[in-house]
Parts: sequence; C-alpha cells; structure tokens
Amino acid sequence: MTGTEVKALAAVPPGVRLGPVSFVWRPWVVCVTLLLAAAAFLVFCASIGVGEFPIGLSRVIATVVGGGEQVDRFVIMDLRMPRALAGLVVGVALGISGAITQSVARNPLASPDILGITGGAGVVAVFLVTVSGGTAAAVVDSVGLSGAALAGGLGTGLLVYFLAWRRGIDGFRLILIGISVSAVTEAVTAWLLVTADIRDVARAQAWLVGSLDNRSWDDVGVALWCTLALTAVVTVVAFQFKPLHLGDDVAAGLGVRYTRVRAVLLLCAVLLAGVAVSAAGPVPFVALVAPQVAMRLAKCPTPPMAASGMVGALLLIGADLVARTALPISLPVGVVTAVIGGPFLIYLLVRANLR
Amino acid sequence: MGTIAVERPVPGGVAEARRRRVAGSVALVLVLLAAVVVSLAVGARALTPAEVWRGLSAAPDPDQRLTEIRLIVRTVRVPRTVLAVVAGVALGVGGALIQGYTRNPIADTGLLGVNSGASFAVVLVIALFGFANPFQYVWFAFVGAAVAGVVVFGLASIGRGAGNPLTLALAGQGVTVFLAAMTTAVALSDKASLNALRFWNAGSVAGVGFDVIWPVVAFVAAGLVLALITLPALNLLNLGDDVARGLGVNIALSRTIGIAAVTLLAGAATAACGPIAFLGLMVAHLARYLTGPDYRWLVPYAGLLGAVVLLVCDIAGRLLVRPGELDAGVVVALLGAPFFAVLVWRGKFKSA
Repeated sequence: MTGTEVKALAAVPPGVRLGPVSFVWRPWVVCVTLLLAAAAFLVFCASIGVGEFPIGLSRVIATVVGGGEQVDRFVIMDLRMPRALAGLVVGVALGISGAITQSVARNPLASPDILGITGGAGVVAVFLVTVSGGTAAAVVDSVGLSGAALAGGLGTGLLVYFLAWRRGIDGFRLILIGISVSAVTEAVTAWLLVTADIRDVARAQAWLVGSLDNRSWDDVGVALWCTLALTAVVTVVAFQFKPLHLGDDVAAGLGVRYTRVRAVLLLCAVLLAGVAVSAAGPVPFVALVAPQVAMRLAKCPTPPMAASGMVGALLLIGADLVARTALPISLPVGVVTAVIGGPFLIYLLVRANLR
Repeated sequence: MGTIAVERPVPGGVAEARRRRVAGSVALVLVLLAAVVVSLAVGARALTPAEVWRGLSAAPDPDQRLTEIRLIVRTVRVPRTVLAVVAGVALGVGGALIQGYTRNPIADTGLLGVNSGASFAVVLVIALFGFANPFQYVWFAFVGAAVAGVVVFGLASIGRGAGNPLTLALAGQGVTVFLAAMTTAVALSDKASLNALRFWNAGSVAGVGFDVIWPVVAFVAAGLVLALITLPALNLLNLGDDVARGLGVNIALSRTIGIAAVTLLAGAATAACGPIAFLGLMVAHLARYLTGPDYRWLVPYAGLLGAVVLLVCDIAGRLLVRPGELDAGVVVALLGAPFFAVLVWRGKFKSA
C-alpha cells in the first residue's frame, strides 16, 4: 500500500455495522455531543440552584439523584425541577425540530417559527385563553391548553405542507407558504386580543412570547413523554434520511423512499415544535439558532440531530436563567432568546448571501 | 424573476392601450366612490344614502334623529372612510414602489418588517413617555418604520443573494419575529402600552379622529410627490442598473428617493392604522395584471386599487361578524394570504 492510499483511507471515518444498522463513527461529533450534554446538565443544575433560596451545586446533584435534605427536596423537586425540566425538554424538542426542518428545506433559515407551526399553536391557545365560554372551558378542562395548542400547531403544519405540495416538496415554496400562513395566524391572534377582556390579554400576551413560569409536573410530564417518543422515531428514521443530502436521485438509487422519509421526519418536526409550544409557548429563534450552532461546533455539513437538541436545551435553560436572575425586571424567556436569536439570524443571512 | 415581463404588443397599438388604461382608471375611481358611499352607510347602525347626505350637509335641523345621524356620520364614518382611502392609497403605492425598487415580486411593506419597526417604536414611546394620543407617537412610528426598513433592505442586499425574493422575505420575517418579542417585552412590563398595543396591532382604520388623520394625509401627500418624481427613473431602472446608468439615471439618488417615498407612505399608514400586511403586495400584482409593466400607470392603479381593497375589507369586516367587528387588517390578511399562496404555488417566482 502506498503512502497516499493509506492517507486516503484514513480520511474516511471508519464505518460500524451492528446487524441491520450501519453508521459512520465520527469521534469528534460524539465528543461534541457529550460535552454539550454535560454543559446542558450543569446549566440545568445551576438553574435549579439559583433563586431566592440558593442551593449549592453539590446539594442540587445529591437531591436530584435521590438524597438531600427535606427542605432541599421540597424546593428542588416541587418548585424548581418542573421549570428546569420543562426548559430542558422544550429546548431539546425545538433543537431537533429545527435540525429537521433546516435539513429538509435545505435552508439554514427554515425553522418552526418561520414555517407557521408556532403561529398556529398560538392562535388556538389565545383563542382558549381569551374566549371564555361553555365550549372553550370544556376543551381546556378535558384536553388542556397544551393539548389544544399542540393540535393547532399540528394542523397548521399540515396545512403548510399540503399547500406547499406540488409534485413534491420544495424548500423555497415551503418557506414562503409558511411565512404567509404565519401572517394569517398573527392577524387572527391580534384580532382575538382586541376582542378579549384586558385581564385575559396579559395572560395571552405572556404566553405568546414564550415563558417557563409556573410549570407543574403535569405540564412537564406530557411534554417529556411526547418528546422521548418522537426522538425515538426520529433516531430510527434519521438513518434513512442521511442519503437525502446526496440528492433525491442518489437517495432513490440507494433504496430510500425519499418522499415518505421526508414526510415522516417533517411530521416529527411539526409534532416536536407543537409539544414545545404547548409546554412553553412559542419561544422564538431557539429552533433556528440551535442547529446552526451545533453544525458549526460539530463541523458537520448538515445540522446534527442530537447535538442540536443539546444546544437547544443549553440555550433555553441558559436564557431562562438570565431572564429570571440577571435582568432588572423578570421577563419571559422568549425575550432573551429573541435578543440572542435576532442578531444571529442577521449573521446567518449575511453569511448565506456572501457565500 | 417572473414579473419583469416584456410589454406584450397590444392589439390596436399604443393609442388603444392608452385609451384602455384611462378608461380603466376612470372605472376604478367610480368603484372607489361607490365604496365610499357604502362605507358611510354601512355599520352597526345602517343608514340610507339620503340620511348620509343629510348627515353631511350643514343645514340646521331641530330633529333629534338627525343630530344622532350627524354624530355617527361625522365623528365615526367619515374619519374612518377617509383614513381607509388615504392608508389604502399609501400602502398600494408603497407596495408597487417596493416591488419596483427591489425587483422583487413578493416585496410588501407588511412582510418586510417595516410594520413591526413602527409597532415597536410606538410601544416603546408609550411606555417611556406615556403618550396617549396617536398624534404624539405618529412621528416615532415613522422612525421605527424607517429603521426597520433600512435594516431589512440592507441585510437582503448584501452580497450575491441580493434581489433573491427568499432572502428578503426571510430577512423581513426574522426582523419581525425579533421586534415582536421586544414589543411584547415592553408591553408586558407596562399595562398602558399593552392596552394600546392590542388595539393598534390588529390593523384597523376605525377609532381615529381627524387630529391624527391630517398629519397622516400630509405625510402621504409628501410620499406621493416623491413617488411621482421617481416614476420615470423607476421604469428605466427595471431595464437593469447598467442600462439605466447608460441612459443617464442617477441610480443611488433614485433609490434613495424611492425608499424615502416608501418609508413615508408605509410609515404614515402604519402609524395611523397599525400593521396591514399583504395589501401592497396584492394590489401591486393586480395593477401589473391590469396595466402591464409601465410604472407610470402601474403605481397610480396600485394606489386606487389599494384604497378600494382596504375600504371593501373594512366594510366586509363590519358586516361579517355582526354585532362585532373584524378589523380591516385581519380581513386583508385573510384575503391576501391565499392570494400570496397561489402566487407561490403557481411558481411565479423561483429562488435565484
């Protein structure tokens, strides 16, 4: 074997085959993902520890793994844990959802906020909050606000998908249709707010910007299980998705039914975004920023799913921590993510244009 | 891009085309007048045209009923109708100009962040200075609209992606999401601006008096004058920058005047009515369909169509959910979004 041949072989990452599953072993990506997970866990613990009753990191970890004092257990498990856990779950869901939409639309700027999913969930939630009446109250009692918002997000996502369908899905059309559907949901939301009672308006408005205030274990439980289940589906289907980056024809040649794979993944992305919105409201920009940051850290050509989820969690919990403690007035987490996300979007646009 | 089409040869030649365009504009003016009459008559309290006329006339009348009619017509219906016409003209002309200057068929003042810039500025000054009268914050709405507009256009025109419809739409949407979150943050910490915001944000032509309408009219008039000045150059610019420069157009000056006109028009309309998206986009396409690509005809048509569409949407909003009201901005969005979707779906424009 000559020297150049050895070099060429070394440049290709080694493949791993476990029964029917085969993947490429990329140590760097795995390292980055693990580091991000560790960082997310630390911020998670910090978020539990920081507050009016500060608790040290060691006590937080001791309590989380099962030990700890009575007082710590109450403050941590009953008061702060649901909020931090909601941040974690929502961040992961938004990160993965963004990674999928950006990969499918082949555009770094495609995210659930822009595709109208969060807007659809927002309309339903504002409708339920502001229109007090027999039916609405019954719906809130039976399904819960979260479930209804999830249904709204899902419905809007499907609407955008079918409106953009024309002998296949094109990323360009998907984004433009998404923007127009978003505009309608915004208009209807604005109208609902006009016709509502001022007391409900503040509640709806706080919900609309994305917030983790007053989360209970009930709110978190549903979001947690949904996210876990959807992440499992995404993990399985993602193996089929990889070849799609080589183009539809190559993917078809490799035996991938690309329309079906793409539809399943988009459905998962919509559901993940819907779960996130139902748990925390439409927190802006996390789904846009997280995959792009993960992609740069992991040095991947496309957004890596797991790392995107971790960055999403890190971003959301970190932003919530800042919103809660570092600002003169306590603001919803969505305001902080918007402050981070707006300039980042501008950076992405300029980068995409200059390339 | 699909819209910069070569003018099709018209059967009968230039004179025939000109005659048809004049006839069309006369017809549009008549439709607008009819819409104005309907707008004065229709509402929570329906009036006959004769009653409207008596309400408008200055003739003294001791009748109690007439006083009531006069009150409705003069303080509610007339300001509302005037504002719908003025804002409609402003948004229509603004939309046509934006599409011309960016050579981008999906350009629209509402979709490009200009509205959200105005919203943010309004909420901010209400929270900071406690302004209660639209007359006070109308100026800040301009500043907000101008800054947001310049940022979005600047972003979208950097580098190779310049003129790509998707880039512009995304820049607009990104800035909108960002500013919306900021706006909400301010509104949540200040109850007065929250209340002002929700009424302002739906996009309505109702509930504003002439003290606000007159400055708006002044700004819109200034914007229209600038628009008229820039029309011949706009025609040449659409032949391409190089050709226009060769024909003696000062491109930088012409662009500056154009953007200034758009800012005046969109800023004034937004300051008075709140954000109304899709109107400029829709009527610019309708106008182009009716007149062809000559901006000297296209822009006035877009203005007239803008007034008609906004007025009709406002009337429809009054009738659709009686006894409540649907704000004009909501009706325009419900009409405009499908219009936009059809444009996209038909592949009228492709990513560059």
